[in-house]
Amino acid sequence: MATVEPEVARPQNSFIRWIDDRFPLLETLRYHATEYYASKNFNIWYVFGVLSLVVLVIQLVTGIFLTMNYKPSSTEAFASVEYIMRDVDFGWLIRYMHSTGASFFFIVVYLHMFRAMLYGSYKKPRELLWIIGMLIFLVLMAEAFAGYLLPWGQMSYWGAQVIISLFGAIPFIGDGLVEYIKGDYSISDITLNRFFALHVVLLPLALIGLVFVHIVALHHVGSSNPDGIEIKDYKGADGVPVDGVPFHPYHTSKDLVAIIIFLMIFTGVVFFAPDMGGYFLEHANFEPANTMVTPEHIAPVWYFTPFYAILRAVPNKLWGAILMGAAVFLPLFLPWLDRSRVRSIRYRGWIYRTSLGLFVISFFALGWLGLQPAEGVYVVLARVFSVIYFAFFLLMPYYTTIDKTKPVPERVVYYV
Amino acid sequence: MSRLFVTLIALSLLVPGSHVFAAAGGAEMEPAGNDVGNIASLQRGARNFMNYCAGCHSAKYVRYNSVAKDLGLTEDQVVENLMFNAEKTFETIQASMPLDSAARWFGQPPPDMSLMARARGTDYIFNFLKGFYLDSESPTGVDNLHLGGTSMPHVLWELQGYQRAVFEEPDRQAAEAGAEPVFSHFESVSSGALSPEDYDAFVRDTVNFLEYISEPVRGTRRVMGVWVLMFLTVFLIIANMLKNQIWKDVS
Repeated sequence: MATVEPEVARPQNSFIRWIDDRFPLLETLRYHATEYYASKNFNIWYVFGVLSLVVLVIQLVTGIFLTMNYKPSSTEAFASVEYIMRDVDFGWLIRYMHSTGASFFFIVVYLHMFRAMLYGSYKKPRELLWIIGMLIFLVLMAEAFAGYLLPWGQMSYWGAQVIISLFGAIPFIGDGLVEYIKGDYSISDITLNRFFALHVVLLPLALIGLVFVHIVALHHVGSSNPDGIEIKDYKGADGVPVDGVPFHPYHTSKDLVAIIIFLMIFTGVVFFAPDMGGYFLEHANFEPANTMVTPEHIAPVWYFTPFYAILRAVPNKLWGAILMGAAVFLPLFLPWLDRSRVRSIRYRGWIYRTSLGLFVISFFALGWLGLQPAEGVYVVLARVFSVIYFAFFLLMPYYTTIDKTKPVPERVVYYV
Repeated sequence: MSRLFVTLIALSLLVPGSHVFAAAGGAEMEPAGNDVGNIASLQRGARNFMNYCAGCHSAKYVRYNSVAKDLGLTEDQVVENLMFNAEKTFETIQASMPLDSAARWFGQPPPDMSLMARARGTDYIFNFLKGFYLDSESPTGVDNLHLGGTSMPHVLWELQGYQRAVFEEPDRQAAEAGAEPVFSHFESVSSGALSPEDYDAFVRDTVNFLEYISEPVRGTRRVMGVWVLMFLTVFLIIANMLKNQIWKDVS
């Protein structure tokens, strides 16, 4: 039985041909790059995926060099970080890139997630793509949390103390669970060692695996676009989407420009304001962990503060922890909470636009409130904005159903 | 470029500029006004630190030879003028006082100074060093306006002299409501070897040195940053030309 081989040009170069006969090299490149068609009308919101990948690489590479000089021991960790900062050649650069990279990771990931909310990218058939993305976000939070303990400063220690103690609020198993996580009765050398293992081995592996699966899923369903319509519905005679352009070289050349602009901002922070006025490197973390002295004011790094504010808005510790967890997990259900017939905000009605606006305001406000002391008017405000945050998700099935949508065009909108 | 994106960026810039240092006390702080780029001031600060502070306070991450290099001094100059209890210039700055004795004498060992300026801010140290006032109830004879109950004695008394703190008593109604006396101003009790202006300058130089040792690479990174940004600008122009070339027939 003869099967008809698809007509694909065999590579000219004999070395490439040798490889291609044994490994699907060109096929893979075609599938993921030169013949992966994505809409030509991507705007600035569509660069944060590739920027997340850039930051991931920065974190992996700088992380490897940090690991070569860092000592995961409660008596040596703080001093080894200062050794990196002062005595290791370019150690300061590696360390500042890693600490700045942590904050920028969350900046680009939050913007990447917000893009999906703007243009309904999570809607069918991209639900699984969104879920994988949410898992990446969860692993990223764990990775950042574990990494923050490693410098063994005052905020590392007490921040970890506050967050780990939350598990103690769980009835019956709480206390045992906290002890199990710490590996000791208090946060100690043992905790530091296991967090180090998680931070440099398990969580990065999970992150890389999930990112790979995220991209495979993306290329299987195809990228959405700001109009929220399928470019695959309009194919030319050659079977190529009319409104699509090959990822390489079109989107790669565009992404390169975005990456350089991003690097200019990133290096601007690394070289001129590495502690960002205390937001990226907290002042109190320049004091070594002291188990006897609790800092006056414990605040997590800015990227956790929206959730931290929700935790503190609730008077009951267990319910605070539950609501904080719910706030993190709720976006996972967006593909099913959103009942709108259209994807993109361009064709949605005023109700969704207003809701999304309120959500953004509440997210920023909670982020700011998480840095303030939990007292007086701050707590009241945190409660108000927590209600808005949850209402955005929980009322979504209702308001996206009644929202009046505009007609969606058949082809993507593109201006030269 | 999406308008919404620009709006969001603008919004995020509204977030207050600096995450405050955890301030103790609550008294008004005078800005330190030091300049880490001023090498002469740093040299004076190094002299002050080694003569007045390093007896009790270590700077255990700071090496003598790196101070020499960054402050434009020869190693011989450092050995003769600044190194009192070390043998080799690659050693770090250790306090002369043994730590365990210090802990017994003062209740706690004097903190290491390597990162104090980054942890607490230069303004805090500047005001702390100017904030000692007579207090007959304290074992050291003084208290500090910015760190009440400090176990540090007024080491610089010979230079500043002693001062008294004047507090404004709250009126009776407020006092009944639990209001504390509010600090008003200092009054000189005995003058020191330096005039108030010279003492300020002395403390400013010292704080300047502390800021330098808290991040010795500060100068290097700024110079390097300019080169990196210049490189990226050129790269950006070329990458943008490439992009335009590739996209020119997309319509």
